[in-house]
Amino acid sequence: MKYAMLICTDEVAYDAMSPAEAEASTEAYMQFMAKFDTKLLGGERLRPTTEATCVRVRDGQLSTTDGPFVETKEQLGGFYLVDAADLDEAIEIASQIPSAAYGTIEVRPVWEM
Amino acid sequence: MGDVAEPDVHAAVARAFHDEWGRVVATLIRVTGDWDVAEECAQDAFTIALDRWARDGVPRNPGAWLTTTARHRAIDRARRAARGDAKLQEVAVLTGEEAFDDSGIPDDRLRLMFTCCHPALSEDAQVVLTLRTLAGLTTAEIARAFLVPEVTMRQRLTRAKRKIEHAGIPYRVPPAHLLPERTQSVLAVLYLLFNSGYSDPSRPDLSAEAIHLTRMLVTLMPDEPEAIGLLALLRFHDGRRAARVDADGAIVTLEDQDRSRWDRVAIAEGAALLDRALRRDSVGPYQVQAAIAAAHALAPSADATDWPRIAALYDELLRWMPTPVVALNRAVAVAMADGPDAGLALLADLDLPAYHLLPATRADLLRRLGRADEAAAAYRDALALAPTEAERRYLARRLASVT
Repeated sequence: MKYAMLICTDEVAYDAMSPAEAEASTEAYMQFMAKFDTKLLGGERLRPTTEATCVRVRDGQLSTTDGPFVETKEQLGGFYLVDAADLDEAIEIASQIPSAAYGTIEVRPVWEM
Repeated sequence: MGDVAEPDVHAAVARAFHDEWGRVVATLIRVTGDWDVAEECAQDAFTIALDRWARDGVPRNPGAWLTTTARHRAIDRARRAARGDAKLQEVAVLTGEEAFDDSGIPDDRLRLMFTCCHPALSEDAQVVLTLRTLAGLTTAEIARAFLVPEVTMRQRLTRAKRKIEHAGIPYRVPPAHLLPERTQSVLAVLYLLFNSGYSDPSRPDLSAEAIHLTRMLVTLMPDEPEAIGLLALLRFHDGRRAARVDADGAIVTLEDQDRSRWDRVAIAEGAALLDRALRRDSVGPYQVQAAIAAAHALAPSADATDWPRIAALYDELLRWMPTPVVALNRAVAVAMADGPDAGLALLADLDLPAYHLLPATRADLLRRLGRADEAAAAYRDALALAPTEAERRYLARRLASVT
């Protein structure tokens, strides 16, 4: 089965990391990706929500606004697309995403067509 | 075998329903992979049994008979629905797998239990799925027990089954490294189920179902001391059931209960189970709670209760469950062992907003200290928060005694 793993963290806290902490975090992600190389179908880190733009079309009218869709304490900061046998394996993989130690990983099954 | 008298057949089918429903559904879920089809085929099998057992007699192994019949229903359904190769393959899987004999039905109930109680499901969903698929309660019965409209309960069940299917919750007993955490999840559901019946005397069925299911779990996991500990705990609680509510429907506290009305058979079973669990030398929160319940249930009178031992057991329980509710119970034990002042001091630190037993306990300790006005105010706080009529009656009576 395919699962999207949405990595939600507090951007402000993340920005406040020292260079050494940021390097350790990057290193942890490299190790995670090496370990689950065969399970990861894709994934990206996202720029912060301060650089987000919301786009809506209503009655043919385009509107663009600054900022994220909703203001929350934790923001979507990245995602992986993962291939796992079942939810237990998906949970096992999600629990090893470095951000799980301080943020939240939302595990969403992909809608199979 | 000739015709069997109708009432006997009805009784035999009802007994088989109680004993075997979970086993039939659990097996059918495994072979069909579809929870709704499994329930419908199980239902069909019991309906067919009413007719066949009257004609042919009650089979020697009703569980095996029902499972085989349900399985044949599933095959018929798959055949009728078969269009194209994929569906025909399903039929092949249903008919091909494992030859049946009366003795060797594999027991799938344990995997059903773990799947129903998977922590990815909400606690509500875990409880209702367990009641529906393992205990065989109808959606209407479950709705009545939880005081929600039937349509709401049906949606809740549908949503839960949909999540199991779409999120890929596996149908299996978890591997060893997940087993301790998942077992706690199963035990928590069973205890929650018991308590939803126990806290409201107008809904006793849920407690009986919880005991039935915990007994099933102990049979399926005979080496799991926490499962045995939970069954012991439930038997101790259940043994005091008759004395818990008085003729007016008000709660009677442990101290004031008529101990001659306790069910000695249930309490003796609880004590034997607790011994069996503790011999495994792997203590856990349910065994500690059972030990506390044992200290109460085995005391010859309220005055003879060994409160210092109970306070020490609560210390132990706090290590497993560092929650304010456990701390509140510990405060009560300390108050009984060392005096109301010691208990009151412990209550001051507790953060339990909207939990009626905190002001109720404070009121009780103040009453014992003769501080009637403060006790009355605390009883009023508790009354405003109490969730059941039986508890409100008890608190109103206590309030009247100090004003």
